[in-house]
Amino acid sequence: MYQPYLVLQARALTSQTAESDAIRFLVGTQSLKFDNQIHIIDFDDENNIISKSVLQHQAGEIWHISASPADKAVLTTCYNKSEAPALSLSQLGASVFPAQVVSSESRVVTCGAVWRMPPEWESGSHESPDDPHNSHNPQNLELLCHLDNSSHGNASCVLWEPMGDGKHVISLADNHALLWDLTESSTQATISSSATLEGKGQLKFTAGKWSPHHNCTQLATANDTAIRGWDLRTMSQIYCIENAHGQLVRDLDFNPNKQYYLASCGDDCKVKFWDVRNINEPVKTLEEHSHWVWSVRFNHSHDQLVLTGSSDSRVILSNMVSISSEPFGHLVDDDDLSDGEDNHQDEKTQEPLQDSIISTYEEHEDSVYAVEWSSADPWLFASLSYDGRLVINRVPRALKYHILL
Amino acid sequence: MDGDICATATTPPDSDPARKRRVHGMLKLYYGLNEEGKTVDQAESMNPCDINGTHFDPEVYLNKFRRECSLGELMDQESCMVKQIRSLDSDMQTLVYENYNKFISATDTIRKMKNDFKKMEDEMDCLSTNMAAITEFSAHISGTLQDQHAQITKLSGVHNLLRKLQFLFELPARLNKCLELQAYSQAVSSHRRARCVLQQYSHMPSFRGIQDDCHAIMDKLAQELRQKFRDGGSSAKDLSECVELLLQLDEPAEELCDKFLIHAQSRLETNLRGLEAELRPPLSSGPTSVIDPSIGPARRLSAAPTAGSPTDPTSPGNPFLSSSSRTDILEFIDRGCNEFVSSLCLVIASYQELFVNRPQEGNLASKNIPQMAIGKLHAFVDAMATCYFSLVERRIQEEKSVGDNSLLVRALDRFHRRLQAVAKLLPGSAVPSQGTEIVVRAARERIKQYLAALQSFYLDSLRDVRQALAAPRLGGSSAGGGSHLAGSATGKDAPASLPELLSSLSASILNQIKSVLASVHLFTAKDITFSNKPYFKGEFCSQGVRESLVVNFIKFVCQSSRQFCESAGDRGGSTPPALLLLLSRLCLDYETSTITYILTLTDEQFLVQHRSPVTAVAALCGEAREAAQKLLKHYVKVQGLIISQMLRKSVETRDWVNTIEPRNVRAVMKRVVEDTTSIDVQVSLLYEEGTRKAHSSDSSKRTFSVYSGSRQQTRYAPSYTPSAAMDTNFLSNIHKLFSERIDIFSPVEFNKVSVVTGIIKISLKTFLECVRLRTFGRYGLQQIQVDCNYLQMYLWRFVSDENLVHFLLDEIVGSTAHRCLDPAPMEQSVIEVICERG
Repeated sequence: MYQPYLVLQARALTSQTAESDAIRFLVGTQSLKFDNQIHIIDFDDENNIISKSVLQHQAGEIWHISASPADKAVLTTCYNKSEAPALSLSQLGASVFPAQVVSSESRVVTCGAVWRMPPEWESGSHESPDDPHNSHNPQNLELLCHLDNSSHGNASCVLWEPMGDGKHVISLADNHALLWDLTESSTQATISSSATLEGKGQLKFTAGKWSPHHNCTQLATANDTAIRGWDLRTMSQIYCIENAHGQLVRDLDFNPNKQYYLASCGDDCKVKFWDVRNINEPVKTLEEHSHWVWSVRFNHSHDQLVLTGSSDSRVILSNMVSISSEPFGHLVDDDDLSDGEDNHQDEKTQEPLQDSIISTYEEHEDSVYAVEWSSADPWLFASLSYDGRLVINRVPRALKYHILL
Repeated sequence: MDGDICATATTPPDSDPARKRRVHGMLKLYYGLNEEGKTVDQAESMNPCDINGTHFDPEVYLNKFRRECSLGELMDQESCMVKQIRSLDSDMQTLVYENYNKFISATDTIRKMKNDFKKMEDEMDCLSTNMAAITEFSAHISGTLQDQHAQITKLSGVHNLLRKLQFLFELPARLNKCLELQAYSQAVSSHRRARCVLQQYSHMPSFRGIQDDCHAIMDKLAQELRQKFRDGGSSAKDLSECVELLLQLDEPAEELCDKFLIHAQSRLETNLRGLEAELRPPLSSGPTSVIDPSIGPARRLSAAPTAGSPTDPTSPGNPFLSSSSRTDILEFIDRGCNEFVSSLCLVIASYQELFVNRPQEGNLASKNIPQMAIGKLHAFVDAMATCYFSLVERRIQEEKSVGDNSLLVRALDRFHRRLQAVAKLLPGSAVPSQGTEIVVRAARERIKQYLAALQSFYLDSLRDVRQALAAPRLGGSSAGGGSHLAGSATGKDAPASLPELLSSLSASILNQIKSVLASVHLFTAKDITFSNKPYFKGEFCSQGVRESLVVNFIKFVCQSSRQFCESAGDRGGSTPPALLLLLSRLCLDYETSTITYILTLTDEQFLVQHRSPVTAVAALCGEAREAAQKLLKHYVKVQGLIISQMLRKSVETRDWVNTIEPRNVRAVMKRVVEDTTSIDVQVSLLYEEGTRKAHSSDSSKRTFSVYSGSRQQTRYAPSYTPSAAMDTNFLSNIHKLFSERIDIFSPVEFNKVSVVTGIIKISLKTFLECVRLRTFGRYGLQQIQVDCNYLQMYLWRFVSDENLVHFLLDEIVGSTAHRCLDPAPMEQSVIEVICERG
């Protein structure tokens, strides 16, 4: 268990997807008063040493972060930008809040942007005297392009095409899902297509996930209590799980090995596993947390390992053997997924395996808003709580060997 | 001696007999007659001075006196002796006189007897001469009459023979006449009398003729009897007579048995068809449903009488069906008993009389008829009873309504009782035990029906409660509730009725259970014949009533309660929260008392002997408690959710950056406090207060640590350096280290404070999470400050530990400050003024 403290509060956590050697997590801080930062946390597995580098993210507090699957140095953030009244937004402000005094108007908008980490961050992570701009912030992120969506509203998250070449991202802004094409250098982004959620009331996407299956043509989004699937080729809705959770859905994740399986979590303290071919009933429901579950993640290699983080300050690692792609601990031939599912059905009757909680981690003092598996080491994961504490944990050794052997 | 003499001299004889005896004694002594006198004297006989002794020597005596006594004494002695001598003399005279008198009378008597004997001797002589004369006469007469007597004896023998012959010769004519008059029994008895004789003398042509004639006639008669038998129109009595005659005519008994049974069967089947007609027409009915084809004799014999019979129940013109008035089960069973069972008994009785119990005579005995007949009878009775039972069972199955059990029990009782008659008539038959099985099955079925009825009653009651809960909110006035819970109203408008609803609900359920128990109890009543069967004594009570009925119902209550939690879980609030609370209390009451009460009641009423393992009271109580816990937890969740949603909407929909300076507590906070209060009231109606930690002196006024002095300085220091930020975080973490960790959805205890605390925790935690997702302007922060202060003022009193509220509100304000673009907190005094203004 390793607990580096960040100085600021934080919600955004991702592993560096394109990095397959080093165990590296990116954390985005949330502060309205100070310049926000991207913390790059490196973990030396052999020596159990954590090292931290800091990059300045001066644009605003970071609500969501995700790393490009193709280029280690490229990442996207969703950040809050408060626009002071001096920015002559009086007209806009008046139209939005007609009852209030125009001169005192200020506005907070959430934007998305693509950034590139400076190449020398690794060497100059600490204060360097020759930095001309800021004495205590050594490096700035290089802005590649804004995912400018002022006409579409506040961005809640930006998703990279899984296993793609880093050319496509989707941003979810209020009730719009926007598919962006990036240029080779990622310096320019254009909207190639978009989908809009229509309905009564103020609809807003709260979370989304780009499916790694079906040639990356599907997207799942969450708004309020519903989960929706989208076909990106036509930008039309495929399925909709109404009332997937009793309350707000907070996060989604796709099973990396089973194309129709999806996990969701929400304010009803439950984690549910869905087969999107049959959306009437969840395949499985977990009720281990005592408050809202904010994050759910399948392990990238061994999808029976499911990680959840909740505002009851707990992180729970579950072993969902019965609905995993390798229900008996041995690897199923990945080439033939449907066959694997058949096997799963057949063999389940022979040897029913128990789903179980592997471990509950209670190191956090505050709400845990993000959990993430390492992209380099499948047995390692990080969790981030609001007070800025990042905890890195390993899957228990016994279980690891049980799965491997 | 002198003493004795003196005594006689001085004392007068007091009684005559005593004196006489002494006198006699002395006389005897004198005559030397007395034996005993000798023995007495022997002791003193040697004394020569004893005046009464035999060796008395007057010389010695006189000398002795002269030597020993004075003169005076001698004088006295002398006079005394003179007196004695004198009295002895007079006694002697009297005795002599008396004896003389007696002697005279004895002489007279003897003389008289002598005269009488002489006269008697003369008369005896006369008698003996007379007797000799009579003897002589008698011998004379018998000698003369002897010849005639032998002749008369011979004549009377001839006369008898002639009479018999005449009977034989007249027999054919007589038989013919009987045949004409249909006096079959007379004919048969006549023939029986003549049969042996005819058989014996059949070598003589004349007798052979008579015998042949008789045979012809009797054959005709038998033919006629068989015809009559076959026609079957005659009554049972006629029929049995018929059978008897045929049997006497040497008809084969087996054939007769069969024929008799066929006939009986056709009549019984008529009864059965009548019964079946009273049943609802079954879906796949037919003649075969009356007769089970798998039963031997029935299958063999049923085809002819049933096929195409006019009373076929399926034929459209059936008169039984057209009168579709359905009889109740008692009438049905009554009819079955009176018609079918009594006919069956009659058949059995007459059959047994005819074939089984008849005196075995002649050649019939060798054929071992009773065994054969009994076998046939058993098969027949079994077959018929099976048909009857199938009808009865069908009728019992139709008995679905659970209103009045007594009718069914009485019907079953009657059914069972009447079968005992069969058992008595036909020992060893399987019919009574099959009948008992039917009763047992009916009882089991009944218990299932009662369980279903109880369950539906419970659900109906719940629905009524639900309506009663919903009614005041819609109509405002109490709508009168459901049928079971009249005059009930609840909800926020009439909170007092929640306990009423609870009590009426639990009372009505309890009453229902009691009435069901009472109904079921009828099965084991003393006057019911089958109640002493082992099933009704043991298994029915323990497995049937206790387990299947009572325990299952309690389990059902718990289970259905739990289902409220599960079904409502996703939608949240499809069940009214008040109902959850009420059910929770109901389950808790069950745990504490009701279950024990019901089970004890059952055990007492049914004298349950726990031979087979039964569900323990503790297990049921545990289940009930679990259900109560789950319901209460769910109640907390639902109520917490309602308040949470209010708070969440209020935080999410507002633009906190551009809000105006707070002047009031936001309405939603007042609503939260109001709702919490009403929840508090609602819960307090059903649950006890519970314990809470001691309050500080003035709990409503407490400054949040966020604004207080030095801390605030460090936190919002103008120097925006990371080191300062580090400090604040460090401080807040230290702060958290020392405050307890709060489990938001911690287990709820069964008291008001715990429930309300749970709801408040959920609400405030939601508030916190929502605040963290927003960005605030200066006035936004101040508004939150005001709101939190307001909540602080009112919420502390509801919770078990006020520090909990402090901590959460602290967190909220702290997080708001963090999320504030321009953190300039409001003065505490201003906040208080605003809050007190309301």
